[in-house]
Amino acid sequence: MSTAITEKVSDAGDSLIIGGRAFSSRLIIGTGKYRSFGEMRAAHAASGAEMVTVAVRRVPLDRSSESFLDHLDPALQILPNTAGCYTAEDALRTARLAREALGTDLVKLEVIGDQTTLFPDNEQTLEAARILVKEGFVVLPYFNDDLIMAKKLLDAGCAAIMPLAAPIGSGLGVQNPANLRIMREQLPDATMIVDAGVGTASDAAIAMELGADGVLMNTAIAEAEDPAKMATAMKLAIEAGRLAYVAGRMPKRLYASASSPLSGVIR
Amino acid sequence: MRVYVNGEPREIDHSLTLAELVTELDLPPARIAIELNRAVVRRNDWPATLLNDEDRIEIVHFVGGGS
Repeated sequence: MSTAITEKVSDAGDSLIIGGRAFSSRLIIGTGKYRSFGEMRAAHAASGAEMVTVAVRRVPLDRSSESFLDHLDPALQILPNTAGCYTAEDALRTARLAREALGTDLVKLEVIGDQTTLFPDNEQTLEAARILVKEGFVVLPYFNDDLIMAKKLLDAGCAAIMPLAAPIGSGLGVQNPANLRIMREQLPDATMIVDAGVGTASDAAIAMELGADGVLMNTAIAEAEDPAKMATAMKLAIEAGRLAYVAGRMPKRLYASASSPLSGVIR
Repeated sequence: MRVYVNGEPREIDHSLTLAELVTELDLPPARIAIELNRAVVRRNDWPATLLNDEDRIEIVHFVGGGS
């Protein structure tokens, strides 16, 4: 399937590259919190996303469980995540199980440090990342928006860095634009995907204008009153933000600068 | 003998294999993964993997989620 995606975007020229795979959409979305499977599918379709993330959980033994994956468009690249893991060890076990079940080496690595904030445990995340990379995984780690941690994750061999914009599910938008800008400037070759905290379309556009290569979101779409409409808004915002970043914005000035010629004004 | 499946104790016959356990639990074998005593057991190895007393088995699948 990744080959099909590569072919599709080969002439677009501006694709998101993750672990050697090219995606024409810079939006990655989650599969949680939707009110129904139908609503989720409609949002996925409207978003134009080519990759969705799913969580790994124990199979319920008290009832026959249908596969959640059957509700996803088979064309989507599935990105298993280690959401809910609080130690490197649990994240490793979860990633290995996901790879066995799906046959994909992609993993969105999350090691959470605290239940209230869902902030990442950077130390455990780095430890897990090092081991997963050695085991051949394409590791996409969620972490605090911190340049030094980003460098360590890249040194460990992660395929991308995924700094948060704000706490998971908070919808607060980019809380520290300076940190994202610094990471972009200092790590120009890294694939940087803003993961978590986006609330509405302008937040996604801002992340992209700051130089993110993509945005990963779940709640902003799933908890919108009309998820499919919000998914469309996010698609457009990410495209707009990307174009604005590539176009290179004008410098900010404190004072006015007239756009019309100063000479020839009638007196 | 007793094993633990997803944390729950379960009485099973001796010489039950992992593949037979999956059938007994009526689980769809596609798109699940199994860990036996904290190590993943590849799908191809399920039929040859005999369970032992006090084994801890984790069987997972995928659910909706973002972060």
